[in-house]
Amino acid sequence: MQAILPRLTAMKFAIALFAPPHAPSSRRALRFAEAVLAGGHEIARLFFYQDAVHLASSLPVSAQDELDLPAAWRAFVQDHQLDAVVCIAAALRRGVLNDEEAQRYARASHNLEAPWELSGLGQLHEAAQDADRLICFGGD
Amino acid sequence: MAKSLLLICRRSPWSGPGAREALDVALAGGAFDLPISLLFLDDGVFQLQPGQQPAAVQQKDLTANLQALPLFGVEALYVARADLERRGLSAEHLSLPVTPVEDAALAALLNQHDLVITL
Repeated sequence: MQAILPRLTAMKFAIALFAPPHAPSSRRALRFAEAVLAGGHEIARLFFYQDAVHLASSLPVSAQDELDLPAAWRAFVQDHQLDAVVCIAAALRRGVLNDEEAQRYARASHNLEAPWELSGLGQLHEAAQDADRLICFGGD
Repeated sequence: MAKSLLLICRRSPWSGPGAREALDVALAGGAFDLPISLLFLDDGVFQLQPGQQPAAVQQKDLTANLQALPLFGVEALYVARADLERRGLSAEHLSLPVTPVEDAALAALLNQHDLVITL
């Protein structure tokens, strides 16, 4: 059986997010990313910048009957073992820290763990150069 | 060959970290020798206004970041002329040498680049 989409048309996507979890674009970005994989394409990297770093925090609490977008993103990244990079400078500024950074800056706790990785803006450029398409969500 | 990136800066300088973070994207790209262009659009044109006093609002001067752009190889700087004029600014009196672009030419500028990020 041949796949519905021949491999020839498969593309590699870099996806960048800029808006906070409650912004509609952050939910749309997740649906888009799901559709990318469902369509037989590849996600080279997810990059979380500006207020989108809050999506990687393990602390937001949603009401039971509301969509928990940070949890949905975490599950999506984990299930598909995606490369999900959070900009370290933007994250530190907004109080999103992993254990290592919390120790470095003598903070009492951390709120970022695997599957998220803290790294620099070079990772955004590298992904944009490497992918067939860069798709941005939540820019101004 | 590396893909070219047009970074569109729409945030006014003291409205939050957005303006600074957009410039950081440009500087990081420049550090990797990537072909980066900047377009100041809408309230982003306020970043180019000379004589700002960021200390009055306890902010760090953004001018230093702007002036670092050429040092990082980011020399293609554009500003939407109509957005300057709507805000009472003049292309002749800006803190950085930028090329004014007419509204009608903006689409062509976007089309010249492989990638576009708007912040």
